[in-house]
Amino acid sequence: MGTEESSNGNPQEMWQLEYNKAKLRDIPFETMSGVPVDPVYGDDLFPGQYPYTRGIYPSMYRSRLWTMRMFAGFGTAEDTNLRFKELLRNGGTGLSTAFDMPTLMGRDSDSEWSLGEVGRAGVAIDTLSDMEDLFADIDLSKVSTSMTINGPAATLLAMYVAVAEQNNVAPDELAGTIQNDILKEYQAQKEYIYPPRPSMRIITDMVKYTTNEMPKWHPISISGYHIREAGSTAAQELAFTLANGFAYVEAAIAAGQNVDDFGRRLSFFFNSHSDFFEEIGKFRAARRIWARWMKERYGATDERAMFCRFHTQTAGVSLTAQQPEINIARVGIQALAAALGGTQSLHTDSFDEALALPTEDAARIALRTQQIVAHETGVANVADPLGGAPYVEWMTDEMERQAEAIFAHLEEIGDGSILEGTFAGIENGYFVGEIADAAYRFEREVNAGRRIIVGVNDFTEGDNPEDRNLLRIGAETEEYQLKRLEDIKSQRNQDQVDAALRVIAEVASDATRNLMPAIIDAVKTYATEEEISAAMESVFGTYVERAIV
Amino acid sequence: MSDQQYRVILAKLGLDGHDRGIKVVARILRDAGMEVIYLGLRQTTGSIIAAAEEEDADAIGLSMHNAGHLTLGPKMTASLNDARLDIPLIIGGIVPDEDIEELLESGVAAVLGPGASAEEVVSTVRDAISARDET
Amino acid sequence: MKSSKETIPQLFEAALSGERRSLGKLLTLVERGGETADDVAGLAHRKAGNTHVIGITGAPGSGKSTLTGRLLELFSQTGHNSAVLAVDPSSPLTGGAILGDRIRMDDLTDENSFIRSMATRGHSGGLALAVPAAIQLFDAVGYKPVIIETVGVGQVEVDVAGAADTTVVVVTPGMGDAVQANKAGLLEVADIFVVNKSDRPGANDARRDLDLMLDLGHISGLEEKTGYRPPIIMANSLEGTGSQEIIEAIENHANHLKSSGSIKVRQDQRTLMEIQNRVELLIGTTAKETLSTEFGKAMINAVLNRETSPAQAAKSIVNSLLND
Repeated sequence: MGTEESSNGNPQEMWQLEYNKAKLRDIPFETMSGVPVDPVYGDDLFPGQYPYTRGIYPSMYRSRLWTMRMFAGFGTAEDTNLRFKELLRNGGTGLSTAFDMPTLMGRDSDSEWSLGEVGRAGVAIDTLSDMEDLFADIDLSKVSTSMTINGPAATLLAMYVAVAEQNNVAPDELAGTIQNDILKEYQAQKEYIYPPRPSMRIITDMVKYTTNEMPKWHPISISGYHIREAGSTAAQELAFTLANGFAYVEAAIAAGQNVDDFGRRLSFFFNSHSDFFEEIGKFRAARRIWARWMKERYGATDERAMFCRFHTQTAGVSLTAQQPEINIARVGIQALAAALGGTQSLHTDSFDEALALPTEDAARIALRTQQIVAHETGVANVADPLGGAPYVEWMTDEMERQAEAIFAHLEEIGDGSILEGTFAGIENGYFVGEIADAAYRFEREVNAGRRIIVGVNDFTEGDNPEDRNLLRIGAETEEYQLKRLEDIKSQRNQDQVDAALRVIAEVASDATRNLMPAIIDAVKTYATEEEISAAMESVFGTYVERAIV
Repeated sequence: MSDQQYRVILAKLGLDGHDRGIKVVARILRDAGMEVIYLGLRQTTGSIIAAAEEEDADAIGLSMHNAGHLTLGPKMTASLNDARLDIPLIIGGIVPDEDIEELLESGVAAVLGPGASAEEVVSTVRDAISARDET
Repeated sequence: MKSSKETIPQLFEAALSGERRSLGKLLTLVERGGETADDVAGLAHRKAGNTHVIGITGAPGSGKSTLTGRLLELFSQTGHNSAVLAVDPSSPLTGGAILGDRIRMDDLTDENSFIRSMATRGHSGGLALAVPAAIQLFDAVGYKPVIIETVGVGQVEVDVAGAADTTVVVVTPGMGDAVQANKAGLLEVADIFVVNKSDRPGANDARRDLDLMLDLGHISGLEEKTGYRPPIIMANSLEGTGSQEIIEAIENHANHLKSSGSIKVRQDQRTLMEIQNRVELLIGTTAKETLSTEFGKAMINAVLNRETSPAQAAKSIVNSLLND
């Protein structure tokens, strides 16, 4: 970079040209005291310029603030549908769906595994009928929907496509994201169904299907969030996440996809924890590493395929059950780090999440917290305001150095392939072992008092457990959902269901065929999520983790 | 080395996959000189009972993060009773204070909340085992 | 200390009738050592002698637990009740241990199998007694085969694995496992080699290395005497490939032991080793006790004052024991 001149002029002039084209928000870009400020400071690298350390867009938040995307889902599909419609009435355009644990694991509400979990941590979906209720009276051609699901992602995507079709919305009109990042499930979140290799096959089928039929859909959101929540360090979060990204790219290239077509539609999801500068360094390093690898190693030429676009959520694991109100301050600081790190969207956690699912009041305070960061602090006026500070640049380099060391290890155990290295690391317990080591080291430091957690191992006065108002979800949801499922099962045409499930098993055993059309056909017969999972399990088997501590 | 070599089974019951806490607890107990048999994720009451019998466990620890404790805790104690196993059951994880009483009444020996120190973890397990031995 | 209300003979009877909980308790007593353990082992010894003992050893991460699980499933399908004793090291600092890898099995296998984890508890002497006693307990109760699973590092593990009727050594490609196994002395005790994760690059190299080492005569010389050469089986425990071949190889080896008469040699050897271990442990314990008697203290002082040598002192102490 630096002072290198090109025929188009120096970096600053090139940036200025791009900046001038951007549409800006209609607010004064000045301090609270009325001092006008520039869109960016510094004189070598500018935002929007490769390798995008300073941000992926030339005008960053001056054009558009990050999206304040709050995750919602609870109880039955009808309950969540009411919340969605409320959100849309208030001007929202993005729906973000949380599913309950049985749905995330490919289990139906009437499975013996589901006892006590139905509708608790998110919405329960068993059949297409639930999906119809979830999106009733919502124009799917006008909204963007994010679905946080991985193991059975193909089934949920198929249901979404089928609901849209019922309402005469074609797949190519559907916009949204499905998390579908199975690799981190084996590493951290543990919501897997099949072994890693067949899971990769399903993802590759989904990528092909969405590339051809759903150009506005993001088929994978590569997530470090859960890796960090499971106890990793910031650098491990960064490295494991990007390595998973490289693995998907390698798998897609091997399946004949074009790296630019595929790379453009990838996005990321990071954690924002409490060590302010480490987090900011991590976000900046993520953009730089991704751009370099995509361009230099995988040969991307479209700069959008080099962009590390990411969603951020504040660190749930940092929230304390003791004096929960002080979590509001933690969330505020973490949200600020995400904004200074240049995130594209942000979910702020509710202060009561260490105790239970958030109440509506707590969720409102969380949203207000990021609104304060966006509208009151002035940090959105200037792109990468900390760029150039010696500590921040050092931290960015350090994060990159640590991540590269991890990539080198994965390449070694994968014989030069990150994809194979990732499979090997899952198989030999490398990821879970590294994460558990880091989690234990942190816990020992807290325990020895070498690391202070306010309210936990110091400053403990003022905790009032009796004042708490927690969200409780009753057993009615489970009963209601079980009844619904029973009705659907008795009303559907069982022969059609059986036939559709047989086709899924057939297609699953033939790697040259795409599973998506077969799954879409099956959901239309009101085959349940678990029946579809079981049909694939009959061919792919199930994954059982070695219990490594 | 401890003269009383306690053997503790740790497991995740049901679908909940949050295993950070239970892995930390496994190491805390090991470092306190106990033998920990970690069964891992997605266990059933049946698999936990079988392991407890074969391993002759002194205590069982379950971790719960999905608000399923009021269903799964009593289910586990009932299974232990059915199998005539007198082994203390300790539940850790996200359990609101107001639910603790109900769990204890259902036969759970102790509940460890978020943020419990290593000393609390160890003493809770030791106390639960000695309380059982005294009866 | 945990007390059990039943007497040892009651527990033993209950275990014989198939009650798992009682067998679990007896195993604890055996593991704890001392007179009680000797009583239990004594009861078991009389009823034992019918099982086939399989040692499975391999480095951490070699997939030997998954492999054991596969074998259990196959044994279960053919109507065998098998038991597993999984031995893992204790922390030398705290005495604690994380014992894991209790294998997840289908219901039928669950019903037909018994898995027990055992920590080394920092003293090889204790383990050398506890493992044979546990085997005899499983044997007495009717488990056949009994599988001993150990981490293939260190003398204790090699001894334990080597004491089996059939010893299976598991290596993985690409990590120099074969060379490590050779260094640890595992090649000499191996009756069957398994190259696990055979889909990995370097699997064929690992096979070739093992073949070469066998050619160079790193084995105990049995091949020349009996014509048995340890087979090398390529397996993938995650997918289950190779498991059936391993079972067949175990059966072949068992038949070979019978037809060549080596089974008697092995079992005699194992009995001899157990007696020897017990003798050493008894002498060791008594010798330690002697050191704190008046006589022992006098000997120590004499060495410290350079009036006698450590070797002389040791001889005098042993003589005093033998003359008691």
